[in-house]
Amino acid sequence: MTAEIIHITLLSIFVSISATLLASAMAVPLGTIMGLHKFRGKEIIRTITYTLYGFPPVVAGLIIYLMLSREGPLGSLNLLFTPTAMILAQMVLVFPIVTGLTMSSVSDVAKDVKETAMTLGADRWQTAKTVLNEARVGVISAVMVGFGRAIAEVGAVIMVGGNIRWHTRVLTTAIVLETRRGNFQYALILGGILLSVALIVFFVLKRYQDKGVRT
Amino acid sequence: MFSDGEDRGKKIAVVIIVAILIITCIIAWRSVYSGDELILATTTSTYDSGLLDEIVPMFEEEHDVRVRVMATGTGQALALGERGDADVLLVHSPEKEEEFIDSGHGNARYEVMYNEYVIVGPSDDPAGIRGMDDAEAAFELLYEEGATFCSRGDDSGTHMKELDIWEGADIEKDEIEGSDRYRSLGQGMGDTLRTANEFGDAYTLADESTYISLKEDLVELDILVRDEETLFNQYSVIPVSGARNSETAEDFAQWIVSDEIQGVIDEYTVKGERIFTANAKKTI
Repeated sequence: MTAEIIHITLLSIFVSISATLLASAMAVPLGTIMGLHKFRGKEIIRTITYTLYGFPPVVAGLIIYLMLSREGPLGSLNLLFTPTAMILAQMVLVFPIVTGLTMSSVSDVAKDVKETAMTLGADRWQTAKTVLNEARVGVISAVMVGFGRAIAEVGAVIMVGGNIRWHTRVLTTAIVLETRRGNFQYALILGGILLSVALIVFFVLKRYQDKGVRT
Repeated sequence: MFSDGEDRGKKIAVVIIVAILIITCIIAWRSVYSGDELILATTTSTYDSGLLDEIVPMFEEEHDVRVRVMATGTGQALALGERGDADVLLVHSPEKEEEFIDSGHGNARYEVMYNEYVIVGPSDDPAGIRGMDDAEAAFELLYEEGATFCSRGDDSGTHMKELDIWEGADIEKDEIEGSDRYRSLGQGMGDTLRTANEFGDAYTLADESTYISLKEDLVELDILVRDEETLFNQYSVIPVSGARNSETAEDFAQWIVSDEIQGVIDEYTVKGERIFTANAKKTI
């Protein structure tokens, strides 16, 4: 049983960290660009992004399922019921959160920093880098919130992962199963492990965030 | 000094991120279906009993394949089969199974084992159905007495069976579903039993194996009605036609109806009680 709990925990960490990193790799640059520039329709995009914070995980799961199903457009990739499918589903949920929060925190510092940097003769790339550095606290918070959403999520991963033992069972889906089986105690222990994992990840990220404040 | 330390921190962060991405790619590549695995979609009642955790590893060893077991409801399991997302099904809703085969999604249906549904309810039994041996008559009485009834409401095999019994008792589906004493929960068997138990005055239809495995928590609920005929619950295995792994799916079906595994099913107990009775014979 211990071996199984370790497997479940590691898979949870792996899936959610991968999903958060991959989504952030796209969302942070996008959020930075959107935060720095004014363009038509920006407010609409902002509103849509905020709405997507509430994207229902089961719907994300259903959409990914229909795409990866053998009858779906990506069926030939044989990705359904694999950890990869779970990463994809969580990315869909994490992406809008990281984009929106990055955009907000970049907007907050953009005006001052942008002008100063431009005055000092920075080019666009350098300006973006400076702004992102100033907005670091907010951006890392964005990644933390995204990770929190990913690791705590159950509806999407149970749908595209299938909660298969030794293969796609993660902490949240194991909690669902054990609750259904009436093993409340075991389910609570798994819940405690999930919170501990979140605590450790947040602790590590927090250290990077603090460094950002000091410089 | 300070900036050196920070650079190092950054470098470590970059290395960790790159490492995770590489591992992601490797796992993604490795986890892609490789042709030597079998996806078995089954129902929560079989899975939650733990029976499959006992027998499936035996099949994996004998045939050198990996079996991925998914626990859903009969409705979803059949839908997964129809789309080719599952290779073999272990389900319990004979009518739906026949439709599935008639529409060309499965080649054959092998009966594997059975257990019984039971009507459970509050131990003081306000509707007075205790001891009846006719499920349809019991449902009729529940309806007349205005008893609270918890329905699975999730298109599962058990839900189908419940609807059949109302029909057999000549009570219109709309009439019963419109009643404010009828609670359609949309939940699995365990949750439905637990909810009925919390209500304190509710009756429900359950498969006996789930009831047995949760019995300790269900202090309010007693088994009130058994009916060998109407409440018979047959489980069957169906290899999905056109499955990615149809040969292994067929092997699995043949294996689970073999004498050896039938014996294992008969000997399997939960909390000291036998929960499934093996009764394999090929049908259709």
